[in-house]
Amino acid sequence: MATLINVARAADARDNDVTPQDVYWNRRDFMKVVGAGLIACGSGLTGCETSDGARAAQAAVPDLPAIRGAVASPFSTSEKVTDYDDATSYNNFYEFGTDKRDPSRYAGSLITSPWSVTFGGAVGKPGEVALEDLLKPHPKEERIYRHRCVETWSMVIPWIGIPLADVLKRRDPTGSAKYVAFRTLHDPRQMPGQRGRALEWPYREGLRIDEAMHPLTLLAFGMYGRELPNQNGAPLRLVVPWKYGFKSIKSIVRIDLVSEQPRTSWNMAAPGEYGFYSNVNPEVSHPRWSQRKERRIGDFRKRATLPFNGYGEQVASLYSGMDLKKFF
Amino acid sequence: MIPTKRGQALAAAIGLIPALLLVARFLGDDLGANPIEEITHKTGLWALRLLLLSLAVTPLRNMTHWNGIIPFRRTFGLLAFVYATLHFSTWLVLDHFFDWSEIVEDISERPYVTAGFTAFVCLLPLAATSTRGWIRRLGKRWTKLHRLVYLAATAAVIHYWWLVKSDVTEPRYYAVALAVLLAPRLVLLRQRAG
Repeated sequence: MATLINVARAADARDNDVTPQDVYWNRRDFMKVVGAGLIACGSGLTGCETSDGARAAQAAVPDLPAIRGAVASPFSTSEKVTDYDDATSYNNFYEFGTDKRDPSRYAGSLITSPWSVTFGGAVGKPGEVALEDLLKPHPKEERIYRHRCVETWSMVIPWIGIPLADVLKRRDPTGSAKYVAFRTLHDPRQMPGQRGRALEWPYREGLRIDEAMHPLTLLAFGMYGRELPNQNGAPLRLVVPWKYGFKSIKSIVRIDLVSEQPRTSWNMAAPGEYGFYSNVNPEVSHPRWSQRKERRIGDFRKRATLPFNGYGEQVASLYSGMDLKKFF
Repeated sequence: MIPTKRGQALAAAIGLIPALLLVARFLGDDLGANPIEEITHKTGLWALRLLLLSLAVTPLRNMTHWNGIIPFRRTFGLLAFVYATLHFSTWLVLDHFFDWSEIVEDISERPYVTAGFTAFVCLLPLAATSTRGWIRRLGKRWTKLHRLVYLAATAAVIHYWWLVKSDVTEPRYYAVALAVLLAPRLVLLRQRAG
């Protein structure tokens, strides 16, 4: 997988995660060793060869338009980026089915152009904005963020996007809003999973206003130097890297500035398991599993989960004095 | 027609195909982005399916009066045990890497793991006493011991139901299948009691 963007690489801001050698013995290396050994022992039984990266049953990712001119960000991590194939074939996007491979198989039915986002609530400039008009005024950035799913797997994704704060400021917020509410498209014809009841549709998410205005919070429209694949939340999604992945709502059509804490889909589905804040926290387990470790996709062994997914330096102050076990 | 040892061997070989397929996919790097999760999931599914299949044998015999089917009960049961062992080992080794404090915590504090562990523990004595020698040795007690299979199957279905995040569609199918397979046994129980 080659990175295709023309990016001036700024110096990396932090080198906080020095990954130990054994964790870096990733899946491919492991398989080369074991695969070679098994084949030497006569695995001609199965008649299979090890082919580097061969994936028989993966849906082909369409050649998406490249995005040029994204500027490197000091917020990017220097950790190893997840394989593009993995990032685009292992997704939770229940609008297309609940299996991890369903979004890459079935998201082709999503029409991402034309697309617009409707702004409402406590803003001086409400209304529908075409996606191109929404993005045009803002210089695009490449942000390589850690992405941590509540299910305990994680990835490192090079997103391309613009700060949500800048987009919201252009809507002239009146200042009375305490929260930002987001909604995904609701169209079962395009999103067949919405005919089922895995979640209540449309998918809803929300942030406190200071979380939404935080410099880390990104409105992403690209990844790996190209436009977002449908299965990753095309054409516009949120990325809040210090929270569990389900907070990073995909295929956004509505953004409202509101005064009441908005209802969020996973909290509606299981209030005891998914809270509003959902900050990555190894000390607060999901009722059914521990959050102390995670599997970085591509790695063999699990690694320790970091508070706020390693973004504590930037965001811990937002929650000073808050009982994070109570406000999980 | 009584199935020969060859028939049972054939059934066992067929029952191992899913495991062989997993190996083939592993060698071809075709297990997706999270191979350990895929292996855990598939071995668990086949353990459950084969366990339910073994529970289907007796009702089928009672309906068809074909005694020849009975030996397959053990074949399916042992296959279920093989897959359950693979499933449990994958979890123990590849997921937790012998982190015993975490393993113990999971088994004791996460209900779905408790259920899964219960199912596995129930299968152990059943697999160990599956031979004709043991049937002879234990006599009537063998039948009583092997009623543990009902607890194993129930715990396995609960394990699956409890580990799913929100979409219980799949576990529900297995729960229905289990209910259908347990129903005749409950009827029998009530008949004996009444």
